[in-house]
Amino acid sequence: MKKIAEASQAIADAVQLCDVKVVPMFPITPQTHIVERIADKIANKTLKAKSILVESEHSAISAAIGASATGARTFTATSSQGLALMHEILFIASGLRLPIVMAVANRALSSPINIWADHSDTMAQRDTGWIQLYCESSQEAYDTIIQAYKIAETCSIPVMVCIDGFTLSHLWEPIETIKSIKQFLPKFNPENKLNPNKPITLGAIAYPEHYQIIKQQQQKDILNSIQTIKKVNSEFKTKFKRNYGNGLIETYKTKDAEIIYLAMGTTCGTLRVTIDELRKNNKKIGLIKLKTFRPFPTKELQKAIKNAKIIKVIDRAVSYGNQGPLFTEIKAITDKEVHGFITGLGGKDITIEILKSMLNKKGGWI
Amino acid sequence: MIFGLPEKEFLAKGHNACAGCGQLLAIRLALKACDKDTILVQATGCGEVTTTPYPLTAYKLPYIHNAFENAASTASGVKAALNILNKKTKVLVLAGDGSTFDIGFGALSGMFERGEDITYICFDTEAYSNTGIQRSGATPTGAWTTTKPEGKQIKPKDIISIAVAHHIPYIATASISNQQDLVRKVKEGLNTKGPSFIHILCPCVPGWKIPESSAINISKIAIETNFWPLLEIKKGKYILNYKPKKQLPIETWLKMQGRFKGISKELIKEIQKNINKRMKTISPFVNEPTLCPPYQKANS
Repeated sequence: MKKIAEASQAIADAVQLCDVKVVPMFPITPQTHIVERIADKIANKTLKAKSILVESEHSAISAAIGASATGARTFTATSSQGLALMHEILFIASGLRLPIVMAVANRALSSPINIWADHSDTMAQRDTGWIQLYCESSQEAYDTIIQAYKIAETCSIPVMVCIDGFTLSHLWEPIETIKSIKQFLPKFNPENKLNPNKPITLGAIAYPEHYQIIKQQQQKDILNSIQTIKKVNSEFKTKFKRNYGNGLIETYKTKDAEIIYLAMGTTCGTLRVTIDELRKNNKKIGLIKLKTFRPFPTKELQKAIKNAKIIKVIDRAVSYGNQGPLFTEIKAITDKEVHGFITGLGGKDITIEILKSMLNKKGGWI
Repeated sequence: MIFGLPEKEFLAKGHNACAGCGQLLAIRLALKACDKDTILVQATGCGEVTTTPYPLTAYKLPYIHNAFENAASTASGVKAALNILNKKTKVLVLAGDGSTFDIGFGALSGMFERGEDITYICFDTEAYSNTGIQRSGATPTGAWTTTKPEGKQIKPKDIISIAVAHHIPYIATASISNQQDLVRKVKEGLNTKGPSFIHILCPCVPGWKIPESSAINISKIAIETNFWPLLEIKKGKYILNYKPKKQLPIETWLKMQGRFKGISKELIKEIQKNINKRMKTISPFVNEPTLCPPYQKANS
């Protein structure tokens, strides 16, 4: 069925479709529409779930851990300062191997306070052991939530679904909804959970002889989740006729491209138009949309840039004292010429003109 | 076996707490009030690190430890999941005074306000024992701690009044010296619909600078001096469970503990004054039960 929906509504619809059971909620702009739409569904009984109206994001993620550990499919959403407040507990969610799915409406971090889109919030959480998936459209947000549960529950790793604040979270556009995902996403029934008939201890203290072994296993599993992400993407394609590249990266006109733009989120939409315009002047330019930032798809990226001469990386975040986080990670996997651009901080418009101007520059802030 | 105590044990032998630890005894007793259908949520602290060294555990009940400041919100998540999955399993939180009075204060307040059916026990060692006896919001006036070596000059938070102000249906204080009373109160908390709060005084051997054999006796004197009155507040109604025949001077209790060594006469007087003042505010409730503002109905 086709409908017009805000990305926030699309996410709430996907949460309903996934039969999520527990949703801790705390408001923060521009995420709030997501939990409001879920609250509507719980109130009008179209979603049989329990909301927990917590007193902070720190408690939202803490409650999500409790609920997921008890065996309930759990969702929450946040943004910016809220995500930063969760920081400590994000490591615990992934360390406890709980398949929580969380939507993040990407927003700049204070100070100065700013409510508009950039990627500083999720980039700052890249080392927390969560899978991070970035979306370009409402449709992708909808589909990615559904895929996220399948990935999370297959790998026992929590997943962040990232959408650009306002630019996407508040964008109304047509989406194609799915009637049933029963054949795609099985009921959530984890083997290890808080169960009085089979008591287990979760969150034990590990001494030096065990800690690194456990963390090494975690790293191995998140790296292996690359295969799961690809598999889920192709299974989704078979069942629902939609896919996002190979689930890790999506390429646009890269086959003969000498220059490749590399970006994440809604910037990719503007880039497609930019590339079409530039191609009219016979410029061989393409785009790689990085959908999965964690785990980092090194091999797939290396393959995708194989024939290019120059990579133009767009960062909507800064690692203060160094450069754009995406830029440094791309530099680390290739000997090619890589130009790093920092733009679109705190909602600064990334226009076609700005994107075109990158062709004549070797990097920097625009 | 102590007369009147359930024989069942959900805390296995072999935890690695200090000899004579008041908190571990309190946990053991509190778990005697549980049945098998209970999930434990514990905050970071002595009670947690001494009981769950991977790959071992001292807990025979399903158990989760999340972090220092979020046991209450973790428990909310557990309870919400149980509710939606139609399970009647009880949820019991085990937390120290640092997690309760200070770092987890907001989370606890939120849990109380939401009226969730969770029993929260604060095992009060009156300091951050696990990190080496630093001052907490529960540290009593005059006590030495490693971050206030000259002794705390200000009053601790009145956590019971704070709990009362949340209109929760059951609040109690308990002591490891009155073990049947302690188990009864935890049971009552678990059987009360809605949030319940139980505050247990837990002498800490290194923290209070006391002999390993003294935790129970010191707890007893805390009651006899009215430093630790045994209370219940049911739906806002105060009940004093025990009244000393002759209230002992607070000095008796202070002198038993190295942490109060060198305390000034003036400060002792002030502590005594504060105790007497508090008892006056509690006593009228005992003789003539007065209701606090409407207690909260459980919404779960």
